[in-house]
Order: sequence, then structure tokens, then C-alpha cells
Amino acid sequence: MNRTGAGAPTAVKGTPFHERTQALCQGKNWRRWSGFVSASSYDLTHEHEYHAIRSAAGLIDISPLYKYRICGSDAETLADRVVTRDITKLAVGQVCYTPWCDSDGKVRDDGTLHRLADSDFRLTSAEPTLLWLHENAEGLKVEIKEETEQVGALALQGPRSLNILNEITDGALAELRYFHVIQTQIEGISVHISRTGYTGDLGYEIWVDASDAVPLWDTIFRNGVKHGLAPAGLLALDIARVEAGLLLIDVDYMPAHRAVIESRKSSPFELGLGWTVSLDKRNYVGRTALREEQSRPTEWEFRGLEIDWLSLEDAYAEVDLPPQIPGMTLRESVPVYAEEEQVGYATSRSWSPTVKKYLALAHLQAKYAKIGTELKIEITVEHQRRTAIARVAKTPFFNPARKRATFDVVRTP
Amino acid sequence: MNNYDAIVIGAGHNGLVTAAYLAKSGLSTVVLERSATPGGCAATEELWPGYHVDTGAHSFTGIDQRVLSDLQLSSGELEILSPDPVLVSPQHGRRTLTLHHEPAKSAQSIQPFSDRDAARWPEFLEAMSLATRVLEVLYETLPPRLAKANKGDLWELARLAIRLGRVGRQDALELMRLIPMTVEELLDEWFESDALKGTLATSGITGICQGPMASGTAYLLLHSLVGGGGVVRHRSQLRGGMRALGTALQQAAVRFGAEVRLSSPVSSIRIKERCATGVSLESGEDLEARVVVSSIDPAQTFLRLIDPTELNPEFVRAVKNIKYRGVCAKVHLALDDAPVFGRGEENGTQSAVLQGASIIIAPSIEYLERAYDDAKYGESSKAPYVDAVVTTALDPSLAPEGNHILSAVVQYAPFKLKTGNWDESRRTVLRDSVIDTLSTYAPNLRDAIVHCHVLTPADLADQFALTEGNIYQGEMTLDQIFMMRPAPGWGRYQTPVEGLYLCGASAHPGGGLTARPGMAAARAVLSHSTKNR
Amino acid sequence: MTTAREYDAIVIGGGHNGLVNAAYLGKAGLNTLVLERRHLVGGATVTEELFPGYKYSVASYVVSLLRPEIIRDLQLPRHGLEILPLESTITPLPNGDYLGRWADHDQTRRDLYRHSPKDAEAYDDFGTLMYQLAWAVKPILGMIPPNPISPSIRDLRTMLKLGGHLRNLTETQFHALFKLMTMSSADFLDEWFESEVLKATMSASGIIGTFLGPRSPGTAYVLLHHYLGEIDGAFRAWGFAKGGNGMVAESIASAARSHSVEIRTEAAVDHVLTRNGRAVGVVLESGEEIRAKTIISGLDPKLTFLKLLEPNDLPDDFLDSIRKYRIRGSSGKVNLSLSELPDFTCLPGVGPHLRGAISVSPSVEYLERAYDDAKYGAFSRRPYLDIVIPSMIDPGMAPAGRHVMSIFVQYAPFHLKGGWTDTQREAFGDTVIDTLAEYAPNIKDVILHRQVMTPLDLQEEMGLTEGNIFHGDLSLNQLFFFRPTTAWSQYRTPVRNFYQCGSGTHPGGGVCGAPGRHAALEILKDLKR
Repeated sequence: MNRTGAGAPTAVKGTPFHERTQALCQGKNWRRWSGFVSASSYDLTHEHEYHAIRSAAGLIDISPLYKYRICGSDAETLADRVVTRDITKLAVGQVCYTPWCDSDGKVRDDGTLHRLADSDFRLTSAEPTLLWLHENAEGLKVEIKEETEQVGALALQGPRSLNILNEITDGALAELRYFHVIQTQIEGISVHISRTGYTGDLGYEIWVDASDAVPLWDTIFRNGVKHGLAPAGLLALDIARVEAGLLLIDVDYMPAHRAVIESRKSSPFELGLGWTVSLDKRNYVGRTALREEQSRPTEWEFRGLEIDWLSLEDAYAEVDLPPQIPGMTLRESVPVYAEEEQVGYATSRSWSPTVKKYLALAHLQAKYAKIGTELKIEITVEHQRRTAIARVAKTPFFNPARKRATFDVVRTP
Repeated sequence: MNNYDAIVIGAGHNGLVTAAYLAKSGLSTVVLERSATPGGCAATEELWPGYHVDTGAHSFTGIDQRVLSDLQLSSGELEILSPDPVLVSPQHGRRTLTLHHEPAKSAQSIQPFSDRDAARWPEFLEAMSLATRVLEVLYETLPPRLAKANKGDLWELARLAIRLGRVGRQDALELMRLIPMTVEELLDEWFESDALKGTLATSGITGICQGPMASGTAYLLLHSLVGGGGVVRHRSQLRGGMRALGTALQQAAVRFGAEVRLSSPVSSIRIKERCATGVSLESGEDLEARVVVSSIDPAQTFLRLIDPTELNPEFVRAVKNIKYRGVCAKVHLALDDAPVFGRGEENGTQSAVLQGASIIIAPSIEYLERAYDDAKYGESSKAPYVDAVVTTALDPSLAPEGNHILSAVVQYAPFKLKTGNWDESRRTVLRDSVIDTLSTYAPNLRDAIVHCHVLTPADLADQFALTEGNIYQGEMTLDQIFMMRPAPGWGRYQTPVEGLYLCGASAHPGGGLTARPGMAAARAVLSHSTKNR
Repeated sequence: MTTAREYDAIVIGGGHNGLVNAAYLGKAGLNTLVLERRHLVGGATVTEELFPGYKYSVASYVVSLLRPEIIRDLQLPRHGLEILPLESTITPLPNGDYLGRWADHDQTRRDLYRHSPKDAEAYDDFGTLMYQLAWAVKPILGMIPPNPISPSIRDLRTMLKLGGHLRNLTETQFHALFKLMTMSSADFLDEWFESEVLKATMSASGIIGTFLGPRSPGTAYVLLHHYLGEIDGAFRAWGFAKGGNGMVAESIASAARSHSVEIRTEAAVDHVLTRNGRAVGVVLESGEEIRAKTIISGLDPKLTFLKLLEPNDLPDDFLDSIRKYRIRGSSGKVNLSLSELPDFTCLPGVGPHLRGAISVSPSVEYLERAYDDAKYGAFSRRPYLDIVIPSMIDPGMAPAGRHVMSIFVQYAPFHLKGGWTDTQREAFGDTVIDTLAEYAPNIKDVILHRQVMTPLDLQEEMGLTEGNIFHGDLSLNQLFFFRPTTAWSQYRTPVRNFYQCGSGTHPGGGVCGAPGRHAALEILKDLKR
């Protein structure tokens, strides 16, 4: 069957969990993620998977994330030089979400940076970043190691995620606060667990050596079933992240180094990530440009939009139809207007089953970005272009207290 | 005192020229030199008792006349000796080719090689000097900014176009045509004699890791003509050895109020908020200044003296991409007898050598190309191109009476070897290849040698602080000149660090003992500091 | 003997540019005649069935830069042009490994990653930059070069346009373009990549058709060509013409005929007739004289000006500059009929790699040494090979189950020491096969027929001076308004009514057709049509 000859590379690979995910993926609904096959949904529809995330727990294979380890005496210097947040303030055991920029202050990528030890960091990214790290490491004493294929990663997300993990980690999660990481064991398997995720919910990400991936999956599953654990695919995740107001690279913004024209690039301020930008820490890539930008009024903001249901109903009523919106996140950019003038564009749109609203994430000109501003978003109704009212809203749209809460966890003896 | 207006790093000739100009304009200026003598590559050392050897450059084309007059250097301080004939190019089994200041005399020497070439010689000189004249206009101008040019840049460009047009639009176009050519192609358009073409082609390859069949070598030939007063391969040396240049420039700088501190190596350039604020010395001393001018090359300035986190990764990458690839080595011989080049019956050759003419071993373009082939794969040339000179011919005081010094630049000796490094055995092989090569033309040479000294590219790198031993602080290839020199977009002496400038051969218009980069850098510093006042 | 009829235009040479030129003239209503020396049109763009059932793209073998506006204007698909994609390039290595670049991004990345993780990443960055630069350079290809010596109003406008265009580039892009124009491909790629085989294979595309090595400055900018195809709106523009490359010429000829252009084969032109500094007709080798108001030469500048005209037809300085024009042949071609597919050690068996290009370019040093041989007048002992197997993509090229293979070979200098003889030709062919056999050992056993084209053959058969496939070196001083010579880059010549439309004019070689089209548009402008 193998027509490609003995040594031909296959374009796509399975993740370290592929043996298990493959068996579970009933709809054979796969997509590609950074050269790996990744389930869009395991069931024939993704609804159950989404609700598992919000009401019980979902297990998402996030192994295709690029993962790098930065070690050595200048590891902090390198990390601090690359990202916009002040890493000197990141304690051991802490994780931060951060974008990083090119020298013009335009965002190349975003991800999480874990401080595993004083001089040991793990960086996750959506785009390959090995070369960029090396280019910034000139003259520094660091070792940069890519561990994308060597480390499997699972996101266990949802209100029951703590219960599931707590039982198999010997209570080690008791003190694990939001955006922190610990090293522990799950039934003898050495793992890092970070209280992070891409769902805006209570949740954890578990990082494991690829060779232990399958046993880890099995252990979590064995214990999770009674808590309603379900494997969740990327379609469910996509809805959750829109509810959480989280950006997706290539959808909500274009990485600066892939942009063919300047106007496709975005600064952290323009992506609503101003809070991640430290302007007074030591020199880092893009600081000069970001300082300069900060001194000017912002031109663009990244905001949530809530699409007015009644206006949607009106638009559809004209053709005698009830509103029709798809059950998954839409990723095509659509124009946003103030009166007749286009003032922005929405890059992700999704019906939120939890907040029961039609939501969007949008780039808006600053003067139209005030919370509550009434704008119009383009919709297509029965082959015709229309608009519906959309109000600028705060993100996250869904922000449960459990996401950051501390828990009294009883250590099992 | 440890607070200055300007600090100049490196007391090479360009550094001293910059310092002298800055001091002359009233800036309190200090020059910091790591070695115990000023002059950089213009160096003379007493290698053996009584033998004063030019261990760096042994020839130069011409120092910009304005520098000499602006800095009030008298001919007593700096006595320039220029031989005529300028070169001899000995050939196997044939007459020696000799070139003179006087075109007719050169033509006479070319004539036995080719009547046609002899006839075309004056015409060739004329064409080259037209092209050189245009090049000189470009050398006098800050390289234009073309990318994202604003109105000011366009205005500058228009002015440059007018100046070029005044020199001659046809000539400017001809220069445009010549610049990307190979020196082989250029010479093929004019000449047929291998000896003449080989000899002339050497100017197109000096100091670069390219052969005469490489595009852009025609440009380097033209570059070598700038300042030569229309004489091809014009050569000069200084009375008392090349170190006289450093001494004289040091005195001039001091006269204008600059301080020159020798044996004071800089360990880092201090930067605060992306502005240069001074330097730290290896001694631990800190000096402050609002302007720091570095005459050393970009690799050392940016990758060694500056905290890399102060620079953008894109700029660091551009600096790391600068090609150095040194290919020159030097061999110095102390001789107890004058070497006899050329066939016995030709006493003209011998007298030229003893008048200080360059001895060029480059019998053909193919010879040079084959010499380059070795270097391309990381080996020294088996049959190298040699540019030798008996320095004692014009200045007998450099050696004990009756003795001579022969100084030879050898190419190609690549800094980066395919395997291993420049150890003793390599040094010996290099030495022997030069002595063997020269001896085939001057059979008495071998027996006349009393001392021998070799500087491999690695030695040149160490001794003169030249990255990869490149004598131009960066190859003079088309991608590294004008606005691309020293790094793309930084052709105007400034750097991404506010208040930090470059003034060495790495800056426009590049290498050679011309003092042009030093002079132009001083101009750039002064124009900014008056604006900022 | 004079043909009674006077034509509006005569195009000398039925190569693809001549045909494009004639088609445009015919389309504008000019009564046009094309005169071709050989028995078939196409020049270097021909398919010939040299052995029954086996069709060879004898010289040019892929389609890359054929201008989309020509395809549209002449409706070439309607005239039989069908371009099939060449999806991949693999480079077999002596150690049994290989480098593959495939149609799929992930697959390419994974393969590059095996050789160098950093390169896998740099390759995408490089691709983005090249895409931007190709976009920036594209309008230049469509420009009529201005006359820099005595610019007309239009020329000044062109220069302004060019200047404005360059001003739009970011600094990074501008400097990269500057470097591309001046550097060697090996040096340029050294700034990006560390993997030897990747650099070698990419730089190989910079040396095709040149008498330069990968370390010779001036070879970098050809790297852009690879990306130019991507921005033409023609998805995956690199391809192979169904029926062989001759179908490119055939389809243009068919389009030309549909516009009433007359095409005569086996009608070699001896010289151009001039009267009082203007061209009035041509004389065929047969002695036949044909008159026309306009004469256009699709031949290279040497043939156009030194053979078709008398020296006293042209000014001395012009003649001098044409004599200086560099046109050096460096490549040969080997075409094979195969009983079976080659079996590559690195990728045994039949697979998708055989549908793409196979590049024998294991290292930069390998290519450079190949060049060294040629510099001193020998063909490369181990040459660079660019191989395609057209029958894998178009089964009509060979009898069922059999195959044809096209091998582009470099270097083979036109000025071979001792000259090209039959013995040398066979020795050259043997060298090519021996080289290939190191990577595909079964090749010697599966060859049914072999055709070897030396540069001398390319000259004699295709009318390419010295066998140079681009009608002249693509060096900086022979591009844009220097091509073929300053002040005569606008397709006109010092002889009135005599034009040039070959690859020796801007924008040069490659089967792009732009010179033919540009020349036609200039002629029509002069004729106020």
C-alpha cells in the first residue's frame, strides 16, 4: 500500500496519544494542527464535548503545541528579552501568558511561559519559534531545546477537572493556584501540571514525556469517567475560547513574520494585550516601538461583540425564516460598521451555548470600541448581505469564579 | 578626567583622523588603543635588530589630500615615497612587464606582450579614470536612502543625480555597467595578453575571497584606482616605515587637543536606554562621553563590546551576516643581498625592484582563479598571488646597511581552513609556498634570506584586531558597499545605538589607507552634535 | 527571386518569443509571416518524437514563467496548452538519504526538519520574504526599460514608477533585494540556512543556464524566479506542458494562425535586406527575397546583429557593445527512453517523488567543483543534474508502461578544450549516466535510447549562440536597460523598421514570452495601431 517508498516522510503525524484518540474518534473527523492530526470532534457532533468542558470535564490533546525548554544561567535573560512581560517577576512555579513581538513591536506569536526552576523555562507557542529563540540568544549562556515531539500535553478542562486530578495526584493540586505549575506524579508517571487552559474555565494542562503518554491518558480516563469526563476536540475548544475571549493566531491575528503586508500586523495593544506589555523592564525585542506606540492614542482595539438577537430575528424575518446560526465557531473575517462606514472586522464568531448569545471577537477602530457602543455586523441572510446590531462587550463573555478560585482540597491519606 | 565629548575606540589611521577632526572642532576627545603603538594596520616593527618591517600594510595608494592639509601634516612629519616604475610583473621565460607613471613608458613595456594591448593602454587609462571620477563623487556622498525614502532623501538623491550628471551621464552609466562586471570580463574587453590581464586583475581581488571571474571584482579594481592620480597600482610608502602614519596622526590629534591613550583596551561600550554613554576599560576604569566612535569592525563593536540584549535580533543577525573571510597573509624576509628578479639581461627589472616597485606574481587570470579555487575549499593557494616589495629600496634606513627587507602580501590564505587551524606546519607551508614562488623568478632569493617571519590570517586577526583577518574590516564586495556597508541601511556612520558611530574601514567608502571613512565619520558626528545642541 | 507579396511584418525565428510576437501582430491585424529554419516551430521549446512512441522535450523541459497575460490574450488553453503540476523536488544524497520539498507544507517542513530544525523554520521566513520580493519585482518584468541616456517622457514616467515602486518596499525588503542582486546564491543562502543539501538544491536553481558557480556573485537573484510563479494567480505555476514543452510553442503557433499569421518552416533567413538605414525585407538561404514593412528578429543579439546584418548597417559603438555582450553556453541535455522507472536508493520503488523534479545537487561544493571543471574547459566530472520524468505526469509521452526522462546537465562548456566531437559527446553522455547511476543504480539497465545534446548541438540545432539557453548571460550588467545594450533595450535597433524580440531583450530568458509580447506592443505603438 505504501506507494511512497520506504523512506518517504509522511506529512502528518499522530500525537503521542494518537493510539487512544484514534480509537475514540468515531466520526473520523480529523484536522491538521502544526503537522499533527488532531480530532475536530470525537463524537459525530461536538455538542456533548463542549458541554463536558463547561459542566463536567473535557480532555483535549494539545500535544501539537510547539514546546521549548530554555535552560542555563542566562535563561531568564533570554526569556525576558523575547517576551513583553516582565519575567524577572515570574517566580519559580509560576506560569504567564504572554505575546512576543518583532523589533517593530508587532506580535509574532503568543503562548505560555512556565518557570520550572530558576533557570529552567518551558515556552509553548503556536508557531515554530526555535530559530527566533536562537537569534535572540546571541551572546547568552543558554541551552534551547525543542521538545514538541518529546512532550505530550493534555488539557483537562471543566468544573470537575480538579476532582479528577486530585484523586490521582495524591492531593498535590491543593495549593496549585491559577497560572502556576508543579511537578508531580500521576500513578507513578512523572508530569508537570499547570493550572492553565484555553477555555476560560477551571482547568489544568498536563505535560508528560511522550513515552508515558498512553498510560497517562488511560489513568485520567479511568478515573474521569465517573466525573463525566469526555474527550473533546478542537471544535468544542474553539467555542469555549471565544466565550473566554481568547485570541487564536492566524484567525484573530496574523503572526508578524508571516504577514506579507504591513497592515496585516498587529501590536499587543491592538490585540487587547496591552496588559501584558511591560514598558519599563529591561530592553527587550520591540520595546522601543511599543513605548512609542503607547505614547500615541491607540488606533485599533480588540473587543468582544454581542450580536443583538432581535435584530438578527428581524433580518431573517424579512425572508420568513427564523435566525440561522451555525453551531460552531466561524473564522471568516466579516466587516463591522458604524452607520455606513466600516470601522472594523470580526474575526471569530460563535453562538455561545452557555451565555446564550451570538458572540464575536472583533478588531475595531478605537473610537468605536467603547463598551456598549452600538455597531452593525455584516450577516448573510438567504444569499443577501444584511447587517445586524452588535454591541461592544467586555471579554471574557463567560468568566466563572471557579477559573481562579482556591479550593480546600482534602489530601487523601 | 573621565568625562569627554567623544571617545574614539582604536588608534588606527581612521580612528586618529576622526579624533583629530573632532578635537579640531572643539570636542574634548580621547582615543583608546589597546596596543602600545598607534597606527593600526600601518605598523612597523623591529622584528630583528636593525630591521624595521612593515608588518601590516606595506603600500598604500594615496591618503586623501584634504586630510593632510586639514590636519596640517607637514611633509617633514609624513614623508611619502612613491616609486616610478610602480610595479614589475616577472614572467617565466619572458620579459618582465613593468608599469610606470608615464602611460607611454608602460605601453612600451606592454608592447612585447601585445602590440594591440600597448596601443590600447592610454585609452584604457582614460576610460578607467572617467569611471573613477564618477566613483569618487559617490565616495564623497553619504550613500542615498532608497527604501522608504522621504522627501529629504529624494532631494538628496536628486542632488546626487545632478552631480553625477555633471560629471557625465554616459560615464555614470558606464560605471553602472562596469561595477557588476568581473575583472576578467573588464580586462577582456581591452586586452589580450595574459601577463597584463593577470597583473591588472590583482587589484580586483585583493582582500576578498573571490577570484577574478567573480562579478563585482571590476568594482574593486576601480576602488583601487581612487586616489591614485590616474596611475594603475600607484604605490607609496612612508619614510621610516608605515608606523610614521600613526605617529604623525597621533601628533596631529594631540595638537588639536585630543588625548591618545595607548595600551588601554576597551572592554565594553556602556549603553543606557539605547544610548551610548561611554566605555569601560579592561583596567576597570569607566569613561563617559556623549559620543562614542568605534574604528574597529562591526563584529567586535557589536558582538564583543556591547551587551547583545541592547540590540535588535534583526540587527545582530545583519552584523553576523557581514562577510569577512580574510584571505591575506604576510611573509617578511630579511635579506643580506638584493633579490634579482627577471632575466639576467634585463637590468631594467632589477633597477625597478631597487627603486621600490611592487613585485607582482600573477602571470595570468587563470593563475589567480586557480589560486582562488584552493581557497574556495578552505585550502591555501598552492601557487599564490604575491604582492611583494623591497621596502628598503626607497628607505635604506629600515635595515642594516647593505641588507634588505622584502615584505610580501600573499593571497589566498583563507582564515577559515577546511580542516584544522593555522598551526606551525601550516605556517611553514605558507612560508615555503611564498619563497618557492618568488624564487622561481628570483633564483638568488633563497640564499639571501637571513630571517623569515610569517603572519597567517589568524595572526593578522590577533595582531591588528581584524575579524577573520580581513584587511578591509569586511569584504569589499557589491553587497557590502555604499548603503550596505557596514550593514544594510547603516551606511551613514550611525548605528542603532544613539551616539555610537563607526569610523573604520568597515564604513563607507571602505578599506585602504585613505582616511576617507575617518574623515566622513567625523563629519557625521559633528553634523549631529551641532543639530542636537 | 522575389515573393511578390509584401507583408506587414516578418518575424525571423519561430521560437516561442517569435511566435508570441507574431501572434500579437496578427491579432492587431498585421499581415505577418514567421520564418523558421527548422522543420518545426518552437526553437528551444520543442517536442520531438525521436524514437517511435517516445516524445522528448528536447531542450527546454518545464514551464515556469510563461506570462499569464499571454496565456489569456492568446487564449492558449483553447489552442492546446495544458500545464500539469510539477509537485516536488527531491535531492538524493550519496549516503542514501535525501531531501524532499513537496507540495504539502507540513511534509516539506518535516523533511527539512530532519536535516535541520532551524532550517525548517527559516525556510518559511525565507518563503515569506521571497514572496514579497517577487511581488515587488514583478512589475519590472512588465516594464519597457527606459532609455537612460536620452529618456523620453514615457521613460521618465517609467523611472518615476520604478522609483515609487522601490520606495514602497520596507527597508528589510529593499536590502534583501539589493543582496539578491549582488550576492552569490551560496552566500545569500548561507545567511538563512545551515543544511548543506538544502542550500545546494536551492542554489542550483540560481545557476541554471549560467556560466557561474553557486559561489559566483550574481547567482542569487535567480532564486526569486522560483517564487515569481506563485504570484501570478496561477496556482502552482511550475509545471510541465502536456505533450511536452513543444506544446507551448504549438499552442502559440496555433493562436497565431488563428489570427491569420503565416508560418513557414524550413525557411532559413540568410540576411536582412536594408535600404538607406531601414530594413525592407529578408533574403532566405534559398535566395528567395521577401519584402515587409517591419522585420523582427527572435534570434539572439549576436545572430541578429552580427549575422543577419552587415557591419556597415550598424554604428561602430553599437557593434562594439554587441561584440562585448556575453553569451556563454554552459549546459547540455540528455534525453532517455526507459523500459522501466529508475529506482532511487534513497526512495526505492515507484512513488510521488518520481512525479517531481529530481535534483542531483548534494552539496554546494559539489556544484562548485562541477563549475571549476567547466571554467578550465572541461565538462563536469560530476555534473549537476535536473531530472524530470514527463511520462509520469503525461503518459502520452511514451508507450504504455515505458518512460522518457529529461536530464538537464551542467556544466558543459561550449568552448570545450579540444572541441566537441562525437567521442566527447558520448563521453559526456556516459558521465551523466554514471552520475545518475550513483543514486539510481538500475538506470543503466533500463535505458532504451539516449539523446545527448552538447552546447554545440544546441547551437547548431536550436540556433542558440554557444548553446546559451537565455540568449545571453543574465548578469546585472546585461539586464533591464542594459539588455542587450544600453539605449537599445526597447526592442528597437539602430536599423529602422528592424526590431528584436528574443530572450536577449528585457526581461530575458526562461520560457516567459514577455520579450515577444513587449516587442509587439512597441511595434504596434510605432505603427500607431
